[in-house]
Amino acid sequence: MKRIRGLTVTLVAASLAAAACASPGAHGEVLVSTASSLADAFEALEVAFEAADPEVNVVLNLDGSSALREQILAGAPVDVFASADPANMDAIVAAGDTDGEALVFAGNRLEIAVPAGNPAAVAGLEEFARADLLIGLCAVGVPCGDYGRQALEKAGVVPSVDTDEPNVRALLTKIEAGELDAGIVYVTDVIALNGRVEGIVIPDEQNVLTEYQIATIADGPNPAGSTAFVNFVLSPEGRSILEEYGFVAP
Amino acid sequence: MTSKSTSPRRRQQPPIALVILAVAGIAVFIVPLIGLLARTPWRDLPALLTSDVVVDALRISFIASIGATAISAVLGVPLAWLLARVEFPGRSIVRGLVVLPLVLPPVVGGAALLFALGRRGIIGGPLHQMTGLVLPFSIWGVVIAATFVAMPFLVITVEGALRNLDPRFEGAAATLGAGRWTVLRRVTLPMIGPSLAAGLALAWARALGEFGATITFAGNLQGRTQTLPLAVFVALETDRGAAVALSLIMVVISLTVLIVLRERWWRPL
Repeated sequence: MKRIRGLTVTLVAASLAAAACASPGAHGEVLVSTASSLADAFEALEVAFEAADPEVNVVLNLDGSSALREQILAGAPVDVFASADPANMDAIVAAGDTDGEALVFAGNRLEIAVPAGNPAAVAGLEEFARADLLIGLCAVGVPCGDYGRQALEKAGVVPSVDTDEPNVRALLTKIEAGELDAGIVYVTDVIALNGRVEGIVIPDEQNVLTEYQIATIADGPNPAGSTAFVNFVLSPEGRSILEEYGFVAP
Repeated sequence: MTSKSTSPRRRQQPPIALVILAVAGIAVFIVPLIGLLARTPWRDLPALLTSDVVVDALRISFIASIGATAISAVLGVPLAWLLARVEFPGRSIVRGLVVLPLVLPPVVGGAALLFALGRRGIIGGPLHQMTGLVLPFSIWGVVIAATFVAMPFLVITVEGALRNLDPRFEGAAATLGAGRWTVLRRVTLPMIGPSLAAGLALAWARALGEFGATITFAGNLQGRTQTLPLAVFVALETDRGAAVALSLIMVVISLTVLIVLRERWWRPL
C-alpha cells in the first residue's frame, strides 16, 4: 500500500525484499514502474490485487515513461514496466531487458484540458496556434508530448508553446492553477481531476488512440510476483478497473 | 592570513579505520564525476557544445544568473546591513525567513512563487490585470526563481562580515567628519569587499544551478526559460550525449567558482 516516488528508497526496499524472498512463489514486494497517466488506475489495481493476495506488496514507482525507461536501462531492480507508449517499451525490449514480449493492456484518447470555467474560451486545437494564450504541452520524448504533437499535426496546427512540461501531471498542475490556458492531456486525466480542470473533446480525425504496454522485467527481483501482477492487470477484473478510470480496451 | 602551526606534536600514524572511511568519503564525491566522464562522447563534444539546445540554455542561464545576482546585490546588501546593524522587533524572524530558501526544497519555493506571482496569484493577479505582465513562462520568472534561492547566500555572507567589522573604524571616519553615506562607501563597503565578492560568487553559482523552483514557476521552453539544469533534465530522456555535454559545462563552471573562491574556503583555518 506504499506509494514511493523516490527511486533510492525503492532500490533499498527492493533489494531487501529480494533478500527476504528465499523460496519461489507469489509473495514479497513487486516494484512496478508505472507511467504517470496510469497513477490512479494502478493505485486501484494495487489495492484490489493486494486484497486478493495479501502475501504480495505492490510498490508503484510513478514517473513519465521516458524517465522510467532510463531507470530500467540503467539497471534499476524493477519487476514490471507499464509504459504509456510503445516507443519507450520498445527501447526496453530492444535492450533485452524484458521477459518475452510486451503486451498491450489498455488504450487512451487525448483531450484538451483547460482551467475550470475555461477562462480563455478555448474551443479546439486550432487555438493552440494563438500566441496570446499560454499553452503547455508535455516535453518531446514524454508520451503525452509526442502524442499531443501528433494530434496537432493531424489538425494542421503549429502550436505557440509556452512550456514543455516533464510529465502529464506537472502539466495538469499548471492548468489547474489557471497559469496555463490549455494543454493536451489524456481523457483519463480529466476524469481523474474530477472537475478541477475541464476537458474539451478533440474530434476523432485529429485524435490519437494511445497504447499502453506492460511487461515483466528480465532478472527482476520478484519473477513470481511480477507475473501474478501482470496477469491480474490483463484479467477481466483488472480490465474493468482500468475501464472505471476511463481507459479503453486495446 | 593563517598562523603557522607551532604545535610540538610529532607526526603520528593515523588509525587505519579512519583512513578507510575517509577514502570512502572521497569516493562519494569522485565516483559520480568518473561516471560522467566515462559517458562523455568526447568525439561528438564540439558539435554537442555548439548545438542549439546547449547555446540557448547557456544564454538563458547566464542572463538569469547574472540578473539574479544583480537583484540580490541591490536588495541583499541593504537587507544584510539592516540585519547586522539595526535592532528592531522581529529581527530574528526576518533572519529566519531570509535563510528559509536555503533549506526549503526548491520545488516548494517554485510552487509558492506560482501562487504569489502567477497570473492567478495574490500579487501576480493584480499585476496581470493592471499591466498585462505575466511572470511565469518568461525570462522574468526564471530570474525571480533564481533570485529567491540565491539571495540568502549573499545576505548571510555580507551580514556575517558586517557583524565582524570593528565599528570603531566607521566611528573614527565619522568623527573625522565623514557623512554616513561617505562612511558606507569609503569605509564599510571596502572593508567587507572580500566577503561581498564571495557572497556574489556564491549567489551567482546557486542561481546558475537552480532547477526545482525554475521548472515549477517558470516552466521549461528552449530559448525562453530553459536553463542549463533544465536542459540537462530534459535531454537525459531524449539525447543522452547532449545531457552529458551540458553536465560537463556545469562541472567546469562549478570548479571555476571553487578555484576563484579557494582563498576563502580551501585554506585550513
